[in-house]
Amino acid sequence: MAALVIAEHDNALIKGATLNTVTAALACGGDVHVLIAGTNAAGAAQAAAQITGVSKVLHADAPGLDHGLAENVAAQVVALVRHEAKGYSHLLFPATAAGKNVAPRVAALLDVAQISDATKVISADTFERPIYAGNAIATVQSSDAIKVITVRTTGFDAAAATGGSAQVEALAAVADAGTSAFMSSEIAKSDRPELTAAKIIVSGGRAMGSSDKFNEVLTPLADKLGAALGASRAAVDAGYAPNDWQVGQTGKIVAPSLYIACGISGAIQHLAGMKDSKVIVAINKDAEAPIFSVADYGLEADLFAAVPELVSSL
Amino acid sequence: MKVLVPVKRVVDYNVKVRVKSDGTGVDIANVKMSMNPFDEIAIEEAVRLKEKGVVTEVIAVSCGVTQCQETLRTAMAIGADRAILVECADELQPLAVAKLLNALVKKEQPGLVILGKQAIDDDCNQTGQMLAALAGLPQATFASKVEIADGRARITREVDGGSETLSLSLPAVITTDLRLNEPRYVTLPNIMKAKKKPLEVVKPADLGVDVAPRIKTLKVSEPPKRGAGVKVPDVATLVAKLKNEAKVI
Repeated sequence: MAALVIAEHDNALIKGATLNTVTAALACGGDVHVLIAGTNAAGAAQAAAQITGVSKVLHADAPGLDHGLAENVAAQVVALVRHEAKGYSHLLFPATAAGKNVAPRVAALLDVAQISDATKVISADTFERPIYAGNAIATVQSSDAIKVITVRTTGFDAAAATGGSAQVEALAAVADAGTSAFMSSEIAKSDRPELTAAKIIVSGGRAMGSSDKFNEVLTPLADKLGAALGASRAAVDAGYAPNDWQVGQTGKIVAPSLYIACGISGAIQHLAGMKDSKVIVAINKDAEAPIFSVADYGLEADLFAAVPELVSSL
Repeated sequence: MKVLVPVKRVVDYNVKVRVKSDGTGVDIANVKMSMNPFDEIAIEEAVRLKEKGVVTEVIAVSCGVTQCQETLRTAMAIGADRAILVECADELQPLAVAKLLNALVKKEQPGLVILGKQAIDDDCNQTGQMLAALAGLPQATFASKVEIADGRARITREVDGGSETLSLSLPAVITTDLRLNEPRYVTLPNIMKAKKKPLEVVKPADLGVDVAPRIKTLKVSEPPKRGAGVKVPDVATLVAKLKNEAKVI
């Protein structure tokens, strides 16, 4: 039996979340194979072959597989699972926007249940996952022959991106379903570390007051610390920060070594996204804010005075 | 064109749930229940499409216990025309719900199914994708903008790093993200009107669907508690603590 990791990649490079997913796959026991489905994705396939612990890379290349269209990628995974003589016992996707989009579609086509956001592999059929915005942890056991899982990347260490030497095997690509088409994308350009991979995150809430203030106050601190910028849902909904900065149950789940929450009250939905951070610092002028109950260091102060002072003392 | 909107009755998002001491689940007896927030957005979007004249009928569906009728009445107060309850007292997992919805899609032949992207109780984020797979329809998840024109749906979806736009042939399945719209408040006259709208009740067996759970919950536990933190008096102390005690900067 083997586990198949469906890689997230941009055709040239493997995305970081794939490495955490490989670690989860190794914990399930058996060989780990990686599927690269894409267009002109030989670079990504070569990169996947270098990952420590991967024993085989399967590479399907066709125009219809570009942009991770769920209809085509899911069909590709199902075709591979049905074709493989030994069969796969586990199919693992990173719990990113791309993985969450495709994994349930694959599970339904195989008529099996899916386990979302696994944070721990207890045995080959038993997993832990958070429910109710992380307020409870469920231990769940799957009775299906094939386990389809999305992996919460902050729950697993990244596998080493080099040191492996897996074989790359070409796969026949499935035909384009033709029911959906990619039109365009707007990807925010940023020189900062990626939010989910950052070691330090500086995050702002509704108290920032405006998009200008948000940038004016938090950017210098993030620059000084080499940190990524995050935001609460309130700040995103108010238009102070772009939506892909949102940390929380319905945004990104992060676990940096240092999380600095500025002007964030600490609603359940936000805490669900950051409470596994190693050290949490809260700067808030409301002494009663729930964020102080999870913060290792709380500073009760006006952030517009405290943050610039923090920048100058670093 | 008909639109089918599945809605779920969940613990209200303001309630902080408690894990039962015997580890069998969370305590939801006597807790306030509401419509899942993402489903409110789904109903709102369907009603807006009707107001634009793109859609002729909005059908709200819920699967679960008898009390889900309240959730369906709320959906009709927002503007759904009629409702269907698939009544079932047993636990329903996303695959079972997707199969029930697929049976209703076959029967009602909607041009569009709009679901919430995830329910805030099980946090699964699966049902819409599973329904799309079973019904053989294209999907657009995490939608922040929906436009219907010339027999296609043009959907902007939120992805890691930004957004992307897809064009889908109809019928199609869409799941809503938070930023798709802001649901309207339900008014008292509309709540009264909703009481008169038709609500049909069916059983999973009527739809020929086996709803047996595939995943067994062995136990539910409290998440690990964080140690109590300290309040620092000023920025200088904070910096000193981060440097010397936590050693993170």
